[in-house]
Amino acid sequence: MLPSYLTLAAILFCIGLYGALAKRNAIIVLLSLELMLNAVNLNLIAFSKYGVVPSLTGQIFSVFTITVAAAEAAVAVAVLIALFRARGTVDVEHMNAMRR
Amino acid sequence: MDFYTKSAWVIPLIPLAAFLALTALGRNYRKAGVIIGTFAALASFAMSVLVLVERFGQDAVDYNYSFDWIRISGYTLEIGFEVTNLTALMLIVVTFVALLVNVYSAGYMKNDERITVFYGYISLFTFSMLGLVLSDNMLSLYIFWELVGVCSFLLVGFWYTKPAAKAAAKKAFIVTRIGDAALLIGILLLFWYMPDHALGFTMIESVFEGQGGIIATGITTVIALLIFLGAVGKSGQFPLHVWLPDAMEGPTPISALIHAATMVAAGVYLLARTFPIFEASLFASDVVAYVGGFTALFAATIALAQNDLKRVLAYSTISQLGYMFMAIGLGSWTGGIFHLFTHAFFKALLFLAAGSVIHAVHTQNIQEMGGLHARMRITTATFAVGALALAGIPPLAGFWSKDAIMAVALEQNLFLFAVGLAAALCTALYMTRVFVLVFLGKPKTGSEGGLESPTVRAGGAGGAKESPRTMTLPLVVLALAAIAAGFVETPWNGWLGGWLSGEEAVAHVSPAAIIGSIAVAAAGIYLGWRFYGSDRTRPAVVKEAAPWLARLLERKYYVDEAYEFVFVRGLRALGTLLGAFDTYIIGGLVKLAGSAAGISGKMALRLQNGSIGTYSLAAVIGMVVLAAAIIGRRLLS
Repeated sequence: MLPSYLTLAAILFCIGLYGALAKRNAIIVLLSLELMLNAVNLNLIAFSKYGVVPSLTGQIFSVFTITVAAAEAAVAVAVLIALFRARGTVDVEHMNAMRR
Repeated sequence: MDFYTKSAWVIPLIPLAAFLALTALGRNYRKAGVIIGTFAALASFAMSVLVLVERFGQDAVDYNYSFDWIRISGYTLEIGFEVTNLTALMLIVVTFVALLVNVYSAGYMKNDERITVFYGYISLFTFSMLGLVLSDNMLSLYIFWELVGVCSFLLVGFWYTKPAAKAAAKKAFIVTRIGDAALLIGILLLFWYMPDHALGFTMIESVFEGQGGIIATGITTVIALLIFLGAVGKSGQFPLHVWLPDAMEGPTPISALIHAATMVAAGVYLLARTFPIFEASLFASDVVAYVGGFTALFAATIALAQNDLKRVLAYSTISQLGYMFMAIGLGSWTGGIFHLFTHAFFKALLFLAAGSVIHAVHTQNIQEMGGLHARMRITTATFAVGALALAGIPPLAGFWSKDAIMAVALEQNLFLFAVGLAAALCTALYMTRVFVLVFLGKPKTGSEGGLESPTVRAGGAGGAKESPRTMTLPLVVLALAAIAAGFVETPWNGWLGGWLSGEEAVAHVSPAAIIGSIAVAAAGIYLGWRFYGSDRTRPAVVKEAAPWLARLLERKYYVDEAYEFVFVRGLRALGTLLGAFDTYIIGGLVKLAGSAAGISGKMALRLQNGSIGTYSLAAVIGMVVLAAAIIGRRLLS
């Protein structure tokens, strides 16, 4: 059973990675990040159930991750709204102020 | 009894104090230079006379005082001074000429802006020269040797706004440097091979006179030749003579003091001091004698065709120094020193008289002068005395000293005797030529003399006046010395030689040498008179008959050109080559390293474009590479 879970997680992660790197809309990038986090959660849970040493730790870890991801999404969306108000765009191509 | 001998160290210190005082005063105190400089020279001269008087005492022994200067684990370097009959004589020569030059310069340099500096330099030179004379070992002699070289450089280039003077000063310094380097190597060799690394003249004498084979003959020859090369540089002998005529760009009193009487004679003095080394090496002695003889004739022939008054005298100095070296090479260092002694007087006299002429007519070209005898009686008379002494007419000083050398040459080496006679003929000839062209005949005015510069036309030979008394007084004193100085040693009375060497005075009359010298001198003067005096067309006839010869002499045998071609151009080409190597190879490497860093920096800058996407892509690629590496390693092992 384990390989199919891992394959699904890898596919989800790659889709998320592609979205995070290639998409220009910051909201989509955020969504892609969530996708990658959930791929990781899937991995953790799969290992906690079918791993070499099954234990509850992986499931607790994934609960933590979901919590942190919720907080992160809240903060990130707040930042994006502030940014949109200030600059009128959420295009990541224009978010290059670090260069200067 | 020997109080003054023991305090002889004061003699060089007086001019040094004068130099320091003048340097401290600055150039605003114009009178101070004359007063301080002259009185310092006078004090030194008085001390030297007192020392000399003591040396005449029956029980006079060589006095040597030295103290430890540098101690290096088991070896002590000593420094000190030594008074012998030779040094006492040299002290007199140096201080006497220095004193008269000081007096003379008061008139000659009167209107020069930097007269105080000039007197400071003269005092510094006097100090260095006296230090050189009093040195008791090779090392301190070498230090003073360099100091006089520096003073010569400063004074030749005194009028440094003139490009010719600048070039001459540089040339004098660089050419003598070649000899100095050789001398330094010679001293180092001496230091290496001498027992206890002693460098004192007394030790050198006892080691080399012992003939005990302490130092191998081959090494002795090498040392002697290196020391001789040093003397060749300083004394302007062939092939390092080229700097001395150019050094005439300096003020004339300097030419008289440094480039006629004292510094250029330092080479002769050095050889006399280290004479035992040359005695121990027959080959080195022969080299000295032949180089000296060759230079004597070589320079005398060049002097025949020169038109610059001071250059004629400069070549004459080179020629006379050649005589001195010939005498030393033939084994008679007392003869060389005797000639040095008389030459100092009459050559200084000639230079100062020439300076007086130049001061009056504002040109140095003898073709533009003439008829000065009516206007400058004292200068004319004293110049005549000097010229006759140089030509070797008895009973003037030059005759006796030249005769002493010729007598030795006749005994030892007939070939060199003939060379000496030929050089003497040329000497008489060119001195007659100069005297006739400058003082006799009619004054050439601007229109007929072919004078170009307006200053010359304004002054000209026609409007010349006798120089002030400060300038004529030294001339008269030197003329008296040039008349009388020769009597210290005559063929019938070898007093000076005996006194100098400490051996029994031997008088050897050599009629052939005397008659030969007189005959040749008289012939030279007669020829000169026929050529330049009675019928002025004769020189032109010779020029037409053998234009290449006149050309060759006028261009000084093309020695300067040859040096220019071989050494200056060669070294310059080498310099260009090395410069190119530096610019393109070394500099290229440096530039390559610099631009490589610059280019990689620019490339790195591209990565930092501020877009998060690029950064994260880079992070992902790095992650993938890392993972691939780790997995690859696992698979391989």
